[in-house]
This record gives sequence, structure tokens and C-alpha cells, in this order.
Amino acid sequence: MTAINFDRVLDARGLSCPLPIINARQEITTLEPGQVLKVLATDRGSVKDFQGWAKTAKNISLVSQATEVIDGKEVYVHYVQKIG
Amino acid sequence: MEPLVKTEREQVVESTLDDNEESVSSGQLPAHIAERLAAVEQKLAELEERLPEDRVSVVVFSGDLDRVLAAFIIASGAAALGQQVSMFFTFWGLNALRRKKVTEGKELFEKLMALMSPANTHELPLSQMNFFGIGAKMLRAMMKRKQINSLEEMIALARQLGVRLVACEMSRDVMGIKDEELIEGLDIGGVATFLGDALKSRVTLFV
Repeated sequence: MTAINFDRVLDARGLSCPLPIINARQEITTLEPGQVLKVLATDRGSVKDFQGWAKTAKNISLVSQATEVIDGKEVYVHYVQKIG
Repeated sequence: MEPLVKTEREQVVESTLDDNEESVSSGQLPAHIAERLAAVEQKLAELEERLPEDRVSVVVFSGDLDRVLAAFIIASGAAALGQQVSMFFTFWGLNALRRKKVTEGKELFEKLMALMSPANTHELPLSQMNFFGIGAKMLRAMMKRKQINSLEEMIALARQLGVRLVACEMSRDVMGIKDEELIEGLDIGGVATFLGDALKSRVTLFV
């Protein structure tokens, strides 16, 4: 697996719906177009939530999603790119 | 040999041909086509006006903790997705916007209503398994342990995200709820306020 470049990390671990999306959305407004936000979440629903967000919003795209094990806990990692 | 009486169809064809000749010489659309085009354009403009905006409207009729919580989660989620969100609070839903209990200056039924209604969000019951408030406390404890935002935090978050909260004036009046019993910064509205937003919404919910 090739590593994905990102410009900032948002730690949303331990937060539940709808906070990972809300925080990611707020974080991404501070990014420049083209930059990528990496989001760490433990909420299983966030996987589909980020897909839904990418479908609805015109100014972002979901680059990649993955699961990692951090500190013995399954973490869902989302890479979101700001487009416009 | 030309027939003496032309059929209607023949007349139409002839007049169309005439129009075409005219238009070719003057470089303009034939009158009846231009007219038709204008009608189509007008219809299109009308339809475009009716297209939904990026908007979500929620009617909060219930004053149950679980239902109000769900309404606020959907509303703040929609706001995060870039939708303009309006929430309309009517009847028991108004209890979710209360911050204190006032009985002074109220008539008997209004006083009874005030005494029996939740005075703030911490007193809201559960829609199921309330058991005189124990159920609601249990749910709050469970939510806290799982690090889920409380209703109060969700309301604050929704307002931060620009969700518009509208209190229904008619039901406020009927239930004898005074303005000072409600949280600040609310819009006051009626059915037209709701419909004005709902007609332009992609999603409309009744909770």
C-alpha cells in the first residue's frame, strides 16, 4: 500500500455521530484547495458517513479510507481532499 | 387543378410556409415559433424557481428526550454537510427550548400546564421506558459513558453551525408559555414560516 500524503490530522477518536463529520467539516474549511485532511475515528458509522459526505458536498472528495490498529484499538482512517 | 375549398390542414401548412419565407428574408424566427419558445422559456424559469435548495426542514412536535435528540443530531449533521437547516418547534417540542418555569401571571389551566410540563431539557422524559424519569436518567448515564454528546451539547452545537430555531407562536400562546421561559435567540414564526422553508427543502422531517 502506498502512503497517502496529507496536510493535517484530525483526531476524532472516541467521538460518536455526528461529531467526526462536523469536526472534519470545520477543520477542512481552514485548509487550502488541494490539501488533504486525515481523520482518525473510532465510530464505525463514520465509514459510511464520510462516503455520504463526499457524495453530498461539492467541494471535497474522499481520497481513501482504511482501518488501522492504534494502541490496540481499531481506528477508521479517512483521507478527505478539499477541492474548491 | 386546385380545389376551390382548402382543408384546414392545407391552410395551416400554407401559412407556415409563408411565415418561413418571411423569416428567411428578415433573418428572424417565425412569429409562432418565437411565441412558443417564449412560452417554453417562461415555463422553464418557473420550474427552475421551484427546484429545491440545499435545505433541510424539521418539525419538532415531540418533547421527548430521545426524539428531540435525534432531531438535533440530524439537523447538525445536515448543517455540517452544508445544508441550510431550519427546525420548527411546536406544541410539546417547545419544551425542548425552555429554560425555566414561570407560573406568575398565568390563568389556571396555563399554570397547571406549566407545573406538569418539563421546565428545561434536563426534565424531558423518554418516549419509551420513562418510568417517572428514571429511564431518561439511565439513558443520559449510558450516553455519558459512551461519550455521546448530551442533548444540551447537541443544541449548542446545532446553533453554532447556524441551524435556525423557530418557535411556533400559536402553540406557544395556546400552551401559555411566556417568552422569558424560552431560550434566547429564537425566531418566532407560524405555518407560513415553516412552509416557506419546507417548500424549498430537499428533506423535510416531522419528529
